[in-house]
Amino acid sequence: MTRIYLDHNATTPVAPAAADATARALRDVFGNPSSVHAYGQEAKTALDEARSAVARLIGAEPAEIVFTSGGTEADNLAIRGAAESLGDSGRGQVVAGAIEHEAVLRTLKALDRRGRPTALVPVDRRGVVTPERLAEALNDETALVSVMHANNEIGTIQPVAELAALARERGALVHTDAVQSVGKVPVDVRALGVDMLSLSGHKFNAPKGAGALWIRRGTRLHAQLTGGRQERNRRAGTENLPAIVGLGAAARRLLGGPESGESADVTALRDRLEAGILAEVPGTAVNGAAADRVGNTSNISFDGVEAESLLIALDLEGIAVSTGSACSSGTLEPSHVLRAMGLSPHRTQNSLRFSLGLGNTAADVDRVVEVLPAVVDRLRALTGRRAAAGR
Amino acid sequence: MRVVAAMSGGVDSSVAALRLVEAGHDVVGLSMQLYDQRRGGSRFGGCCSLDDLHDARRTAAALGIPHYVMNFERQFDTSVVSVFAREYAAGRTPIPCVQCNGDLKFTHLLERAAALGADRVATGHYARRATGAPGEGHTLRRGLDPGKDQSYFLFTLTRDQLARALFPVGHLSKDDVRALARRRGLPVADKPDSQELCFVPDGDTAGLVEAREPGVAKPGPIRDRAGRELGRHDGVHRYTVGQRKGLKLSTSVPLYVLDIDAAANAVTVGPRAALDRTRLTASSVNWIAGSPPDGDGRVTARIRHRHPDAPARVEPLPDQRAAVVFDEPQRAVAPGQAVVFYDGDTVLGGGWID
Repeated sequence: MTRIYLDHNATTPVAPAAADATARALRDVFGNPSSVHAYGQEAKTALDEARSAVARLIGAEPAEIVFTSGGTEADNLAIRGAAESLGDSGRGQVVAGAIEHEAVLRTLKALDRRGRPTALVPVDRRGVVTPERLAEALNDETALVSVMHANNEIGTIQPVAELAALARERGALVHTDAVQSVGKVPVDVRALGVDMLSLSGHKFNAPKGAGALWIRRGTRLHAQLTGGRQERNRRAGTENLPAIVGLGAAARRLLGGPESGESADVTALRDRLEAGILAEVPGTAVNGAAADRVGNTSNISFDGVEAESLLIALDLEGIAVSTGSACSSGTLEPSHVLRAMGLSPHRTQNSLRFSLGLGNTAADVDRVVEVLPAVVDRLRALTGRRAAAGR
Repeated sequence: MRVVAAMSGGVDSSVAALRLVEAGHDVVGLSMQLYDQRRGGSRFGGCCSLDDLHDARRTAAALGIPHYVMNFERQFDTSVVSVFAREYAAGRTPIPCVQCNGDLKFTHLLERAAALGADRVATGHYARRATGAPGEGHTLRRGLDPGKDQSYFLFTLTRDQLARALFPVGHLSKDDVRALARRRGLPVADKPDSQELCFVPDGDTAGLVEAREPGVAKPGPIRDRAGRELGRHDGVHRYTVGQRKGLKLSTSVPLYVLDIDAAANAVTVGPRAALDRTRLTASSVNWIAGSPPDGDGRVTARIRHRHPDAPARVEPLPDQRAAVVFDEPQRAVAPGQAVVFYDGDTVLGGGWID
C-alpha cells in the first residue's frame, strides 16, 4: 500500500541535505564544542555555522540564538525565564492567546499555580487574536505577552507585529511561538517587533531534538537549565550537535531559494485538496478559512462523523492525518482551538487536520479526495444507525 | 476478511489477535480507553490501565498489525460505572463485566469496527461460538477450559452481535494460551491475570459508590429476621447477600446478610441455612439461543461466575421475565447478579436476578 503523509504540522520528514549534515556530524564531529582542543574547535565551528544559518533565516544576529531541544523547551525558557527575571520589578502578569500550543498554555498554568497573575486573550470566530481583545487584557502589571505566529491546528496567522507594538507600548515583553510558521511563511524578527521567538527544527525538515529561542539582544532572562556556560549562560548542557547541524542545514535549505517555490507548490496542493473535499464530500466546512493562513494547513469539519474513527479509517487506507495537535491524541477533550473560536461541541469533535509538506504530490491529494467520500459515507451510516437507535 | 481484535493488553486478547493473524485475516487491533488514566493519583488494577494500553501496543507491533486506542470514556461511564454505583446504592450486587461486554465491546466497539470496514470483532473471552445449520444462526457455548469459562458474562448479546463476534481462544486452555504467546514471543506471555474491577481504584468499591451516589453512606439498622436491631451499618452499598465479614456483630452463631432493603435502609441477617433458596425470578431475560427451551424447561442454571450450575426448571414470564425453580436449594441468591441457563455446553440465555 502506498502511504500518504499529510501530518506535517506534527512533524516532517528530514530533508536529504539535513540528514546528510547530521550523519556527517555524527560520524566526524564528535568533539565537545566547549573543549579547547582541535576536536572542540571543530565542533564549535559546526555549531557556529548552524547558529549563523538559523539567525539569517529569521533576520537575527547569531549571538541572539539559543539552541534548545525544540519548541517546547524554547517556549518554557522564554516564558519562565522572562517571568522570573521580571518578577522582582513590580510587574508580573503573563498574558497569552487562548489558542496557543500546550507548551505555552500549560506553562502559564504552572505559573498561575505559583501565584503569578495570568490571562488568556480570546480569539474571534476566525481564530485570530485581535488588538482590541489584547488591549483589554493588558494592564500596567503586564510583564510578558506570548502570542503564536501561526496556529498548529488551523494554520491561522496572528497579527503578531500589531499585537507586539501594542504590548511593547505598555512596557511588556513579547514572545511569539513561531514553531508552525518558520519554513512556511517568511519570518523576520525585526519586522515582527517581538523580543523572543521560538522555532523547532523538526517542523521544517530538520531532525528532531533541536530548536531555538531567539532572544533580542539586551533582554534579561533567567536560565532554566543551570550548569555549564553554554549558549551564553542561557542554556546549560552539552549541545546536541548532530541535530543542531541538521537544523542549520534545514535553515540553509530554506534560505537557498527553492523555498519560495516549494511553499507556493504546497499552497496550491492544499487548495486543490480543500476544493476537492468540499466538492466531493457533502457536509464539510473549512475551519479558520476566514483568516490569513499558512499555505500547508487545512482543518476540515465533517458533519456527523467522529474524527477519531475517520482518522483510523484513513490510516487503514494509508493516509496519515490528525485530529488537531498530535500532543492531544487519545484525549476526549475537544480541541481548545476550535472551542475558542466558538464552534459547536460536535463540530469540534468532527474535525480533521490535513497538513502538507515536502514530498506531497498532486496525485497524493487526488487519492485522498477519491478515498474520502466512501469512508465518510460508511462512518455516517454508523452515526445514522446510532441516532435511529436513540443512543 | 477484516477483523477487529479488541486488545486489552492481557494475554488472552493478545493470543486471540495472534490466532486471527495466523488464520490470515486482515487484523486491526483496537484498545478501548475507558477513563482518563493520565489524571493519575489512584492506582488502577484490572484490564485497562495505561500500562495495559502500552502492552496492547507492543503486542500489536510484535504481530505486525495496526493498533489504535479509541476513546470510550463517556460510554463506559454511562453504561458501566454509573450502573455499577446505582445498583450498589439500590442494595443489589452488580456485575459490571456484563455491561462492559454487551454495551461497550459488542455495541460501541462493534459499530466502530463496522465503520472501519470490519465484519467481526474478536475478544479474548473463554467462550465458543458454534455455527448451526444454514438459517439457524450461531450458538454461544462454554469455553473448553472449565476453570476459565466466561460464557456467563456474555448472555446479553443479541443474535446479531453473536453473529459478528469471534472468540479465538475459547477452545484453548489458559496453559495453551500462554504457551502460544511464549512460542510467538509476545511480550505479555507471562503477564498475571487481572483480578480486580479495572475502574475501582485500590479495590475501594464503597468509596467509588459513595463518590458517585452522594448520600448513600447513610447509617441504618442491621436486624434479625424478627426485626430486632442487632447493630448498625454505614450504608447498604457495603453489603452483599451471603456476606459474613464486616458485619461487626458479636453473636454466638455466625450471621450472614440475607436481605438488603435500600428503601428502608435496612440490612437483614440470619444463620447460614436461611440463605438457601429454591426459587428466583429474573428480569431483562435474553434468549441468546433464539427462544426459551422447549417442553418442560429443564436447564442447568448458574447464579454467579465461578459457581457450578445446578439443575432447574425455567418458565418464561411476560415482559422478558422468567421464573426459575432449582431441584436443590441454592445458597445466597444475590439480586443484581445474573442467572444464566445452559443446555450442556450451550448457553440458552440469561437474565438479572430480581
